[in-house]
Amino acid sequence: MRNVVLILRREFASYFATPLAYVFILIFLVLANAFTFYVGDFYQRGQADLRPFFMFHPWLYLFLIPALTMKLWAEERKSGSIELLMTLPVKVWEAVVGKFLAAWLFTAIALALTFPIWITVNYLGSPDNGVIFASYLGSLLLAGGFLAIGSCMSALTRNQVVAFILGVVACFVLLLAGYPLVLDAFQGWAPETLINAIASLSLLTHFQSITRGVLEARDVVYFVLLIGFFLFTTAVAIDLRKAD
Amino acid sequence: MIKTEHLCKRYQALTAVEDVSFEVHPGEVLGFLGPNGAGKTTTMRMLAGFVTPTSGRASICGHDVESAALAARQSLGYLPEGAPSYGEMRVSAFLDFIAELRRLDRARKRARLDYVIERLQLASVLEQTIETLSKGFRRRVGLAQAIVHDPPVLILDEPTDGLDPNQKHEVRALINEMAREKIIVISTHILEEVDAVCTRAIIIARGRVVADDTPIQLAARSRYHNAVSLQLESREKLEAARAAVAALPQVAAVEVSEREARLTALPRAGAQILPDISELARRQGLQLKELHLESGRLDEVFRTITA
Repeated sequence: MRNVVLILRREFASYFATPLAYVFILIFLVLANAFTFYVGDFYQRGQADLRPFFMFHPWLYLFLIPALTMKLWAEERKSGSIELLMTLPVKVWEAVVGKFLAAWLFTAIALALTFPIWITVNYLGSPDNGVIFASYLGSLLLAGGFLAIGSCMSALTRNQVVAFILGVVACFVLLLAGYPLVLDAFQGWAPETLINAIASLSLLTHFQSITRGVLEARDVVYFVLLIGFFLFTTAVAIDLRKAD
Repeated sequence: MIKTEHLCKRYQALTAVEDVSFEVHPGEVLGFLGPNGAGKTTTMRMLAGFVTPTSGRASICGHDVESAALAARQSLGYLPEGAPSYGEMRVSAFLDFIAELRRLDRARKRARLDYVIERLQLASVLEQTIETLSKGFRRRVGLAQAIVHDPPVLILDEPTDGLDPNQKHEVRALINEMAREKIIVISTHILEEVDAVCTRAIIIARGRVVADDTPIQLAARSRYHNAVSLQLESREKLEAARAAVAALPQVAAVEVSEREARLTALPRAGAQILPDISELARRQGLQLKELHLESGRLDEVFRTITA
């Protein structure tokens, strides 16, 4: 556990050692608000809630999160520092979890910095703050899922651009697993149970069910399992191909 | 103790390391020599647990590098090839990070950090980020992280690469100082380094150990072992001197350097030719600038063995 915290601290500090952290937070805040007001018709709807705000989070994360995770492991491979890290008395899972938590903590901070919109909506009307809280939680879980996927893709390559593209594609497929765009590829040849199974993996479906204000255990469990699965895969990918 | 038994590493078509077995005991400084691509780095990576052997075993202080990886790594200080580190970190933060992962308690951490910073002369760059440092400083930061926990075993892949002569001298002095109670393995292709720090040298070529001996014994394999080199005051008598030296029964061959007015007489196997040659020089009245006995040339042995 101590090693996880040490690695988390080092990784977290490294975000702020370069302009990455500031650029990421700035762009996230600008885009999140721009979508809410211009595309989401925050004012015109005349309703005191944050649906137009949260509804764009999956699409923002789709590009911003892989940009954040692409360096997690690819950079370690490229610079050779993975040889240093993996020959210290550190277990692979400790490094994987430490890096993931650092990225998650960072996105949590970016998300928390959107609080002015919460103040705004409370100033304008009396929204259901329970729904808003659940939505923030759902957004954080969704970010966690994307981060775990991105971490796994980053572990597969030493090239950050490849890691980014793989990350976007993998996130996109899982995001829309319940929609025709993905399901049509299986329609006609795959058995019904498989199609249902794939559809139930859809990140977007689970995210939307949380943002409606129904915080169900199965949605939370889904995200926890998803994160667990991709972090496990990351650890396996690192362990098998440390030196490549 | 470091022990390897029949260590092999194969990649698809390529055999990087084949059947490497050796033991290293405390007090020994083992130099790993070999041409580039001979398998030095792969062998060291297997010892450090970074590369998994295809077959064979290795252990550090009795801990198998695969089945007891964590224990093996705890007894080990490792400088990877090229001294990689986290470029965006400050030197002080980086060393602190390593010391924390090495589980040094507060007082010991302070003491060890002070020691490595003083010993590797890092005080002036502590607050710089590593990516802004020169190659020599980066290498020293890498060395500092390898020794910060005072491990019983050190594996250093090219510890003096990129250092200037003064820094090389410092690092060699440090290695010699630590050598008494530790096991140290270094790789290098600077042969003078082997003379300067190693008590034993393993020459590795095409993945196999081709020589394992003390530097003195290795040099003795050279055809220059016990050769006599003499430099004349002027070139005029060079040809006459050459003929006279070559005529001595124990001399196998004579090499001439016109520019330096120097003759090098190579002995027949096992022969001592120095008395004969100094006697000859006195008899012929040769004006000598210099006369010395060679112990052998490591670089020549290296080339003969690995070619």
